[in-house]
Amino acid sequence: MTDTKINEKRTSSLAGDMSVDLDAEFKKSNIQEVLDKLDRELIGLKPIKTRIREIAALLLVDRLRKQFELLSETPTLHMSFTGNPGTGKTTVAMRMGEILKRLGYVREGHLVTVTRDDLVGQYIGHTAPKTKEVIKKAMGGVLFIDEAYYLYKPENERDYGAESIEILLQVMENNRDDLVVILAGYKDKMDRFFQSNPGMRSRIAHHLDFPDYSPDELLAIAKLMLAQQNYRFSPDGEKAFAEYIPLRMKLPHFANARSIRNALDRARLRQANRLFASRSKNLTKVDLVTLEAEDIRASRVFQEGKLDIDGDEGTDKAEEARRLKEVK
Amino acid sequence: MMTNHGNRITQGQFSFLPDLTDEQITLQVKYALKNGWAVNVEYTDDPHPRNTYWEMFGMPMFDLKDPAGILMEINECRKTFPNHYIRVTAYDSTRGWETPRMSFIVNRPKNEPGYRLMRQERSGRSIGYTIVPYSTDKPEGERYS
Ligand SMILES: Nc1ncnc2c1ncn2[C@@H]1O[C@H](COP(=O)(O)OP(=O)(O)OP(=O)(O)O)[C@@H](O)[C@H]1O
Ligand SMILES: [Mg+2]
Repeated sequence: MTDTKINEKRTSSLAGDMSVDLDAEFKKSNIQEVLDKLDRELIGLKPIKTRIREIAALLLVDRLRKQFELLSETPTLHMSFTGNPGTGKTTVAMRMGEILKRLGYVREGHLVTVTRDDLVGQYIGHTAPKTKEVIKKAMGGVLFIDEAYYLYKPENERDYGAESIEILLQVMENNRDDLVVILAGYKDKMDRFFQSNPGMRSRIAHHLDFPDYSPDELLAIAKLMLAQQNYRFSPDGEKAFAEYIPLRMKLPHFANARSIRNALDRARLRQANRLFASRSKNLTKVDLVTLEAEDIRASRVFQEGKLDIDGDEGTDKAEEARRLKEVK
Repeated sequence: MMTNHGNRITQGQFSFLPDLTDEQITLQVKYALKNGWAVNVEYTDDPHPRNTYWEMFGMPMFDLKDPAGILMEINECRKTFPNHYIRVTAYDSTRGWETPRMSFIVNRPKNEPGYRLMRQERSGRSIGYTIVPYSTDKPEGERYS
C-alpha cells in the first residue's frame, strides 16, 4: 500500500536528474512583456525595477521547485512602498497586480486602494465589518493601503485602528494565497509605524523605497505624459518646461511626477485659451497638438516665483482617486 | 419535502444532490461573480417553504472579484450557526431582473425531522391541507440544538 503511494508520487514529480527549462518557463509566463511595459511606461525608478525583476525571478524559480516537489512555503509577497508624493507608488502597485497574476500568485490581479477611513470605523463594532468588507473586495488581487501609518495612533489607546491592524495581520498570515497587501507612505513615518508594529514588519517581505526624480527624469516623464494624450512640446516649449522644473522643485508642495502632470494640465488650459483667442485663424492639426513656450511661461512660477493659484497639489489626490476608479 | 429521503428539505438549486463541497461552492460563486451578481449569505431555522426571507448574515457583498471572500463569510456563518440552514443567493440588480438569480443551500441541521401534514375539516365535508415543520414547535434559536 505504502509502496504504491510512493511510486505514484515519483511519477507525478520530476526525478532528481531530470532538468527543466527556466527560459521556457520564463517565456510561458509572458512576464517579459509586463517588465518591458514597465520599463517603457515608467521613467527612471531603477532600484524599483530591479527589485521587481528579482521578485519575478524568485516566483518563477519557486514554481520550478514545485515541479521537483521541493516544498517550501508560499513565498510571502506582502510589500511596503515608501517614498515622497508622486514618486509612482500607486502606479507601480497597479502593475504589481498584473505581474503577480501572470506568475500565478493572485487569481484576478485587481488593485483595491484604501486609506484609514475605509478600514477603521467610528464606534465599537464598526471596524471589523468595515475592514473585512475591504479585504473581501481585495481577495484575488492586491490590497493597497495608502498612508498606512494612520492606522496606528499611539496617542489614543482606544483607537479602533488597532483592531483593523489585528484583522489585517491575521489575513496576511492565513490568506497568503488569496491576497497580497501593499502598505505605502512616506519613509520616516512608515519606519516609525513598523517600529511600533513588529507584527506588521515581520509579515512584510519586500521593502521598496521610491527615490525622488531628477529634473531630467521629470522632463522625460512630462514628454511621456504628453505623448499619451496626443500633445507635444514645440522645441521652445520644451526648453521652457526644462526651466520650469527646477523652479517648481524649489517651491512648497512639490509632488514629483504628480506636479508635472498638474503643470501640464494647466499648460493645456492656456494653450486652449491661446487658440481660442486667435480663432479668426484656421487651425492645423499641428496647432492643436503643440504646447508653445508661452503656454508654459505664463505660469506664476515664472512670473512671481509662486505656485499657480488654481488648486495646485491640494485637490489632486481626489482627482487621482477618480482616475483610479475609471481604470477599474 | 415530506417525501424526500431523510426528510432533507429541497429548495433552490442542487438540493437533490449530496451537499456541495467547498470547492464546488467556490465554483458556483465564481459563476455568480462573473455575471456581476451580488452574493449574500443567509440563514434560518424555519424550513417552511413559504419562509422566503431568511436572515442576512452580514451585508450583501458588492464589487467582489474573487470567491475566497465569500467562502470566508460562509465559514463564519457556519461557525456561528452550525445547526441552521444556510444558503447563498446571488442577486441580479440589472433593470428588468432585480431578483435573485441563484440560490442554494450550503449548510443544514444535522437532523431534519421534516413536516407534519395537517388536515382541516371544512364545511361540506371538504378538507384543507397544510404542512408544519416539526422543528418550529420550538421557539426560534432552539429548534435544532
Ligand atoms: N516613473 C514614472 N513615469 C511616468 N509617469 C509617472 C512615473 N511616476 C509617476 N508617474 C505619474 O505621476 C502621477 C503620480 O504617481 P503616483 O500616483 O503613482 O504617485 P504616488 O507615489 O502614489 O504618490 P502619493 O504618495 O502622493 O500617493 C501618476 O499620474 C503617474 O502616472
Ligand atoms: Mg498614491
